[in-house]
Amino acid sequence: MSEPSALAGLRDPGLWERVQQRIYSSTSDDVARALASERRTPEQLVALLSPAADAVRAELEAAARQLTLQRFGRTVVLYVPLYLSNSCTNSCSYCGFARQRDIRRATLDDSELDVELQRLAGQHFRHLLLLTGEDRRAASVDFIRAAVARCHARFSSVSVEVYPMAAAEYAALVAAGCDGLTLYQETYHQPTYAAVHPDGPKADFDARLAAPLRAAAAGMRSVSLGALLGLADWRVEGVLLAMHGALLRQQSWRTRLAFGFPRLRSDPGAGCTLRTLSEDELGQLICGLRLCFPDADLVLSTRECAEFRDRMVGVGVTRMSAGSRTAPGGYALGSDAGEQFAVTDTRTPAEIAGMLEAHGYEPVWKDFDQGFLA
Amino acid sequence: MTRPTEDDKLIIAGRAFGSRLLTGTGKFGQPEQLRAALAASGTEIVTVAVRRVDLNDPADRTLTAIDRDRYLLLPNTSGARDAIEAVRIAKIAAAIVGHRWVKLEVTPEPDYLLPDPVATLQAARELVAQGFTVLPYMNADPILARHLEEAGCATLMPLASPIGSNRGLRTADLIRIIIEQAHVPVVVDAGLGAPSHAAAALELGADAVLVNTAIATAADPVGMAEAFALAVVAGRRAFLAGLPARGDRASASSPLVGRLGQVAP
Repeated sequence: MSEPSALAGLRDPGLWERVQQRIYSSTSDDVARALASERRTPEQLVALLSPAADAVRAELEAAARQLTLQRFGRTVVLYVPLYLSNSCTNSCSYCGFARQRDIRRATLDDSELDVELQRLAGQHFRHLLLLTGEDRRAASVDFIRAAVARCHARFSSVSVEVYPMAAAEYAALVAAGCDGLTLYQETYHQPTYAAVHPDGPKADFDARLAAPLRAAAAGMRSVSLGALLGLADWRVEGVLLAMHGALLRQQSWRTRLAFGFPRLRSDPGAGCTLRTLSEDELGQLICGLRLCFPDADLVLSTRECAEFRDRMVGVGVTRMSAGSRTAPGGYALGSDAGEQFAVTDTRTPAEIAGMLEAHGYEPVWKDFDQGFLA
Repeated sequence: MTRPTEDDKLIIAGRAFGSRLLTGTGKFGQPEQLRAALAASGTEIVTVAVRRVDLNDPADRTLTAIDRDRYLLLPNTSGARDAIEAVRIAKIAAAIVGHRWVKLEVTPEPDYLLPDPVATLQAARELVAQGFTVLPYMNADPILARHLEEAGCATLMPLASPIGSNRGLRTADLIRIIIEQAHVPVVVDAGLGAPSHAAAALELGADAVLVNTAIATAADPVGMAEAFALAVVAGRRAFLAGLPARGDRASASSPLVGRLGQVAP
């Protein structure tokens, strides 16, 4: 199936409301059936994320915990984000990098990147996530490709969280040794999407939706999807996110799927109210996705507080960032460049590793090898 | 008495092993637990994912937990999606571990991690040509087993069920054919979730089993390692002792016919 026709279902403006209706009419029987079924799909997730499932969160958690232990064992992979640039042509109302913000803009040059890399390698990290804003002049595909190649000397796995690209551009990143892409749709609720992304290239909902599938087809080993939780009803967001993931796997059976759970903490702006969700609700979403995707990596960043992250160890989360800074040059350069968002879990990488060990979990610093790549 | 008899060794590529239980190193939470579980399992062959360890780091948590004088450290190519990647990883591992034994795994699909038969055969041929002792993880496919054996593999390692699934010996009928036809050891790999599954594989005539998830994710990994060690010995003894034939009808352990014969003159 071609890319646009595969996505037609997710683009359908009526989908959100139909899913919402089904979620809010799910009964405790539907939840019990979904919990009991052996192969769960986004179809079962409708019930698992419904208010009818709120009462059985403990059961969801127990099932998710058992499945995570079976599939991943007592391990959590640690990674670190590194911002290459905070320059951006978009005006996303919730983002610290939005072009209208009066922040110091910075893009790392090679020598600055080396200083940052040396610091992170010294902290034991072998998994690196490179990020940029969306500004092809400040951070071109060639610039990102060169950065990926440069990071290889010290890091086992280099993935990117960057603006949507064309197939050939993704292929160029893969050829340079990039093994993963993170690209969050932010929200699957199209009216909200339009409101918070008023202009810039990101205003195109459909283009963003198609990009992860393109990256997977271009050979990206792992693709991480997510919604910025708090923009719209998280229950519907979760089901549509799962549908996006299922579609991606259907199109690219070799691609490893991951989900991230960025949670917005303050008002998104653009006249939108924060549709906040509690930690218990976020936990329910994490458990629901684990139950539908037993082998997907579930990622929880330092946006969340230490207590919640600790609580989620073993429940479903398999990857965590640690010691994160969200501005370019934030690690070793002492930069005053603008941050994308505020970090809540401010513990050092060693402290996070210690916490995992205290829980009987192995902090995994390396889960990939450059030897896989040519 | 849990040790196999002295003369009943597992011979792989001319090397003798006292234990018929091979173990993995993934999914353990703590290196001390891994170390203790390995010891309790009695294993002599321990497989390690190259992608997971830092072979150049003398302080690597997994590697330091494995006593190289006691265990054969068997690198595996887990994570390889095609033959080229698997061969590359095998060569990197060999350069560092100092021998050319490799557990070949080519698993392009990330959910069930089923082995790619075409790429596995391709990689096996290439590695054998380069002087490797190849132990391939494979589907329980008797014809593929023939091909891999012809390619020069040192063992055949058919899966019992999908890796990590704990579902047990679901492929028993096909593994039975592989065992019947093989001239190299058959090591049942993947999916054995309980000691009884391992015993059943040995009773069937498998030469050995490889177990990881069932031990590593047990509430007490050390206790479970010991249970698997016992099961493997029991299964092997049963196989050597010759299991009685099975029938559909009941057969009394004290037949009545003879006695009745004695009573009625």
